[in-house]
Amino acid sequence: MKLLTHNMLTSHVKGVTNGYPLLIKATEVKVNDVEFNPEFISRMIPKLEWSALVKAAEELGHRQDLPGELVPEYEKNEEFLKKVHRALVEVEVVEGCLQCPESGREFPITKGIPNMLLNEDEV
Amino acid sequence: MASSCRRPEHSAPPDVFYNEEEAKKYSQNSRMIEIQTQMSERAVELLSLPEGQPCYLLDVGCGSGLSGDYLSEEGHYWVGVDISTAMLDVALDREVDGDLLVGDMGQGMPFRPGTFDGCISISALQWLCNADKRSHSPPKRLYTFFTTLYSSLSRGARAVFQLYPENSEQLELITSQAMRAGFSGGMVVDYPNSSKAKKFFLCLFAGISGVLPKGLGSETSDRAVSNQVQFSGQRCRFKNMKGKSLKKGRDWILEKKERRRRQGREVRADTKYTGRQRRPHF
Repeated sequence: MKLLTHNMLTSHVKGVTNGYPLLIKATEVKVNDVEFNPEFISRMIPKLEWSALVKAAEELGHRQDLPGELVPEYEKNEEFLKKVHRALVEVEVVEGCLQCPESGREFPITKGIPNMLLNEDEV
Repeated sequence: MASSCRRPEHSAPPDVFYNEEEAKKYSQNSRMIEIQTQMSERAVELLSLPEGQPCYLLDVGCGSGLSGDYLSEEGHYWVGVDISTAMLDVALDREVDGDLLVGDMGQGMPFRPGTFDGCISISALQWLCNADKRSHSPPKRLYTFFTTLYSSLSRGARAVFQLYPENSEQLELITSQAMRAGFSGGMVVDYPNSSKAKKFFLCLFAGISGVLPKGLGSETSDRAVSNQVQFSGQRCRFKNMKGKSLKKGRDWILEKKERRRRQGREVRADTKYTGRQRRPHF
């Protein structure tokens, strides 16, 4: 699971009003080589929840020097976009689990695929 | 709708039906791969995404990621959701570019509002019309799916579902739940005159209402809007009375080619040589 996906995921357990952001408990993390696409990254930045991304990257130990606040005029700042690209699409959680911040429900991640299936009583 | 062939939805729930054996077909059977890719191509065309812009898309029922491969080819980024872990394992083996999730459509899409620029789904929606457990209620599950999908799409985004509806009641159920969830749009049918090439696409718009695209091979159905008999002063000759041309004539050939074109088959272009006799041989 990439951090881009994590940034968009929420918990949909019944009764949870604010299931965001999911906590990451990773046991295995890897970094892939993905082609850099500045246009896509700068298009996605307004949609991101910046604080959640920084927090998630820090939890995984891959924050490096990602700033805590969004840089103004990031479209032209290629160095910054490269850092965001690395955190968003190159860092991948392979094994571990995601935890709903409100209900504490855990969603296991195996082989990089989070299992978001709910039990019958959680729908 | 073909009633003769076995429908997979009737045999088992999707997480059971798409086991290792079934999943293997999706990576090895070239005919299946070709059909899936063709349908994804058409679905992306119906999405009418902005030209030359990388988009963030959702693929519901992504399975082994065949549709996702086409999205990656077009330069888009995608997230795939499927209920069958065996199918997702095949997707992992094929090293697809998108991110994958195990999830049930009927339980809703677990994404933040306004995440995606579009959604495609190939041959998945009809599975929601079945109740595989005692607690399942198809209308409720469809409604949950559509409402959560609506919120996870950005305003003005489209969702295109290719589906195999079993009957008209099923179509009615699906579209009514989609409209209840706030979507506008409707069905696009490609090649309505062919039983084999006929394909149903449910095109939904979130936020703003667009113009529904036309199905392929359905020009004639538009032309025949006026249900009235066309009046002509001429008296018809007997052979034309049945509306058919003289067999083996040029008109008959052109008509037949037109008919087959409407069915989506491969037909040679009409030229001056069409239906022309060969020169006499000694």
